[in-house]
Amino acid sequence: MPDSINSKDPSGDLSAKDPAEKPQVIIKDLWKIFGRDPKRVLKKELRNLSKEEVQKKTGCIIGMRNVNLTIEKGQFYILMGLSGSGKSTLIRNIIRLVNPTSGSIEINGQNVTKMSQENLLQFRRKTFGMVFQHYGLLPHLTVLDNAAYGLKVKGLPKGERYAKAMQTLETVGLKGWEDYYPGSLSGGMQQRVGLARALANDPEILLMDEPFSGLDPLIRRQMQDELVELQEKLKKTIIFVTHDLHEALKLGDRIAIMRNGEVVQEGTPEEIVTQPADDYVQEFVRDASPAKVLTAGSIMEAPKVLLYAWEGPKTALTLLRSEKRNAAFVVDKSHKLLGVTRADRLEKLLEKEERPKNIPSELIKQVSTVTEETILEDMFAIISENPYPVPVTDEKGKFKGIVTTDQIFESIAPLEGENHD
Amino acid sequence: MIDFPEIASIPLAKWIDKAMDWLLVNLDGFFDAIGFIILQVVNGIEGLFLFVPWFVTVILVGLAGWKLLGKWKTGVVFMLMMLLVGSFGYWELAMRTLSLVIASVVFSLLIGIPVGINMARNDRSQAILQPLLDGMQTMPSFVYLIPALMFFGMGKVPAMFATIIYATPPVIRLTNVGIRTVDQEAVEASKAFGATPRQVLLDVQLPLAKPSIMVGVNQTTMMALAMVVIGSMIGAKGLGMEVLLAISRIEVGRGFEAGISIVFLAIIIDRITHSFSETKTK
Repeated sequence: MPDSINSKDPSGDLSAKDPAEKPQVIIKDLWKIFGRDPKRVLKKELRNLSKEEVQKKTGCIIGMRNVNLTIEKGQFYILMGLSGSGKSTLIRNIIRLVNPTSGSIEINGQNVTKMSQENLLQFRRKTFGMVFQHYGLLPHLTVLDNAAYGLKVKGLPKGERYAKAMQTLETVGLKGWEDYYPGSLSGGMQQRVGLARALANDPEILLMDEPFSGLDPLIRRQMQDELVELQEKLKKTIIFVTHDLHEALKLGDRIAIMRNGEVVQEGTPEEIVTQPADDYVQEFVRDASPAKVLTAGSIMEAPKVLLYAWEGPKTALTLLRSEKRNAAFVVDKSHKLLGVTRADRLEKLLEKEERPKNIPSELIKQVSTVTEETILEDMFAIISENPYPVPVTDEKGKFKGIVTTDQIFESIAPLEGENHD
Repeated sequence: MIDFPEIASIPLAKWIDKAMDWLLVNLDGFFDAIGFIILQVVNGIEGLFLFVPWFVTVILVGLAGWKLLGKWKTGVVFMLMMLLVGSFGYWELAMRTLSLVIASVVFSLLIGIPVGINMARNDRSQAILQPLLDGMQTMPSFVYLIPALMFFGMGKVPAMFATIIYATPPVIRLTNVGIRTVDQEAVEASKAFGATPRQVLLDVQLPLAKPSIMVGVNQTTMMALAMVVIGSMIGAKGLGMEVLLAISRIEVGRGFEAGISIVFLAIIIDRITHSFSETKTK
């Protein structure tokens, strides 16, 4: 990822990608300047001045400054910043609702900035779906007609577009509402119509401009959850604008933080929270709990003692005693986690006459496990009712490592302390 | 008092007169053509109104009042008003006035709505048209009668020409404002789905601007009615002519009858066109 700023750790990218495949969206040196004769601001003597200085000298306002981003196919990409930071301008540039002043936007290998009007319309029809903050619905059309609007623009016959629109309305949970007018729906439901309209086109890229900002907190959370679920099925490339950090952390595979038209940091949610690039980002993430972004995989470690199911009880006990442990996890030959066994139980067993050759399965207690992707917040419940460290396994139950209560608190604590003093 | 220096006087009146002379000589055919079209339209409408028996018209107006405004009482009041106009002996004149108004409004809308759309989509066009419209509306309406008279002579056509000029600005203005104040996100949404400018206009801008445009239609109609009355000064037959005669003969009663007939027409036209601007969804 040569063009993205601060992308220290490309492995944090959650989308599975084929290395030969080109990124879906490549934004290079993108500038947007509002005002008269905007090109002059790009001249050497002006381009490095601050936003305020440029405005004073030329009357032009810098909307976006030298933005470079790379977005992979299937990624859930967040553009975050306060109002006026250029995030909405950027998303509008991608679809050219606003024309950039200079720079290039390459989508699927095509340079959008150089496209003719006719090609642009075609390109929008087949590539994009967009969702707006205030829904942008047409009040004089029914929910069904609204959902089918993109298809109507495409020129699909009525029957076909209604069939498709009905499908997407069902996907977003609006079955039975198709004959109502948007005005009689609640905000959350109107936004579902907006989402259905965007999805009806089956776009490759979904652009979402603060789609949930206008909703009540409860509805917002519900919509976020549903979007996550939907994305798991659809695997679209989503470019999502928000000013809400929690939303960004919850939804995003990668986040770009913008200020005054510039991208100040770009990375995975974890990187943003744990290694803020500057004070601005730090201020942004100060209320963010690392528990929401750190994953079990990122803080897990190898256990001091790991027992194998075929070991004799005596060996096991010796191992435990040498490390002064009361219990340890037991795995089988394929490294699959069987459970936990305790030293005192082993002792009792050894007092008996007949010593089994290996650790008997009744002495191995099953425990709850987490995967590497589990965020710390979701592990609180487990550690509160479980005296053992939490074992981390993969989907097949293979043992990967452990997370102790101490580690969890350590990883949450330092940053919070730093931020709140 | 210190006199204004005569040397600084600008003979604008003379220039305009000269320009008028030039236009009259050189664009004679053009004005004849316009006059012909206007005359055909107004005669057609007038023929229709005079052909339809009075009681049918009264019933239709009553029905319109009931259906469009939602109350049967309104319909009854409308019918009573129409009957009163008839009882004054002004049925024919009222129908002539009405057809002049309708014909003028048709032309005003044909000109005004496209111009308003253009104005909304083009900032430069707005910058040029805005002061022009202000001027057209503030100019005393009688002034339009003079060039109209010179171009078209006496009769219905010059009265309508003046009326069209006088009545078009509101619909231009309100079309412009209506389209400009349409929810920007709805417009953006339409564009984002790849809609052509024409699709954006027809699917989003015009439907959403409709209430505003209809207010413009209402205002244009009311101004047309006012102007048609004045237009009787240059020979347009109608209720205005009666008022004019009553003034010259100082017949207060006659003037009042004609005046109140105009008021009744105005109320009916206003209520009916106003009902278009109220959107009825759901």
